[in-house]
Amino acid sequence: MIPSPLRPYAGKRDSAEFTARTVGEALGHLTTEFGELRKHLFTEDGKLRSFVNVYVNDEDIRYLAKENTPTKDGDTISIIPSIAGGIPSMVSAIPSIADAMRPKFRHSERSEESALGFVSDNGIGS
Amino acid sequence: MADAMELWISGHIAEQIRAHGAETYPHECCGALLGRDSTAVPEIHRGKGAVASAREILQLFPLVNRRDDSPRNRFSVTPQDVLEAEKAAREHGLEVVGWYHSHPDHPARPSEYDRDHAWPWYSYIIVSVQNGAPQDMTSWRLNDDRAEFSSEGIEIRHRAAV
Repeated sequence: MIPSPLRPYAGKRDSAEFTARTVGEALGHLTTEFGELRKHLFTEDGKLRSFVNVYVNDEDIRYLAKENTPTKDGDTISIIPSIAGGIPSMVSAIPSIADAMRPKFRHSERSEESALGFVSDNGIGS
Repeated sequence: MADAMELWISGHIAEQIRAHGAETYPHECCGALLGRDSTAVPEIHRGKGAVASAREILQLFPLVNRRDDSPRNRFSVTPQDVLEAEKAAREHGLEVVGWYHSHPDHPARPSEYDRDHAWPWYSYIIVSVQNGAPQDMTSWRLNDDRAEFSSEGIEIRHRAAV
């Protein structure tokens, strides 16, 4: 299963079928067919991004054999985005009128460890 | 001209988000936005040369904030919550098009933490709750390069768009 934010990079598909012996092999097939997905799923050194969860049926592959987790006929592999957020860690300043009127802005706070215990990286789309 | 984005939402759903924020105050609330992208061009953008897109929110899927350690300034949902939201959306012929959460005693603006944890394409609604009372509500989309959010206009509609 391909989550909605990644479907634009997968021909708008919500799922795809492959024959594969492991999760890593299935993801390899997927990113070969949809090349743009690769940068959203993997870091430049080929590791699965920390904000991407991968499940085989109902099991998180982090608690199995990660990308070497074996698959069999009929298994469903789900790519699940980590969802988290919140207010700044420090007391935030009252926004200025200029801030309020500015449609886009950059942030300057520091990142911290993610809610699910994974260290933040540049994430997808970088 | 940059793409213009607009979020269509009923007054009832907007009120549900505000009420959820008030209910969980001083903790953050969170939930999924179920809806679909519309092919209709928002009226205010017609004939102005902008590539406009509208997204309509048709249902909420309220969730429990799983950040027991710091629920006043953080929210997270589990992968199972995400799967449940996706399942609920499919059952109604919709998609999970975004997420909402509250900022207790803070403005309805995304934080750096929000940006670090956001995904492009999703809409992120933030409602500010000041002293227990819901205030401003805004919506944002993370740009493809993840460098910043773009504001997404919220239009309260009396009926669902086609």
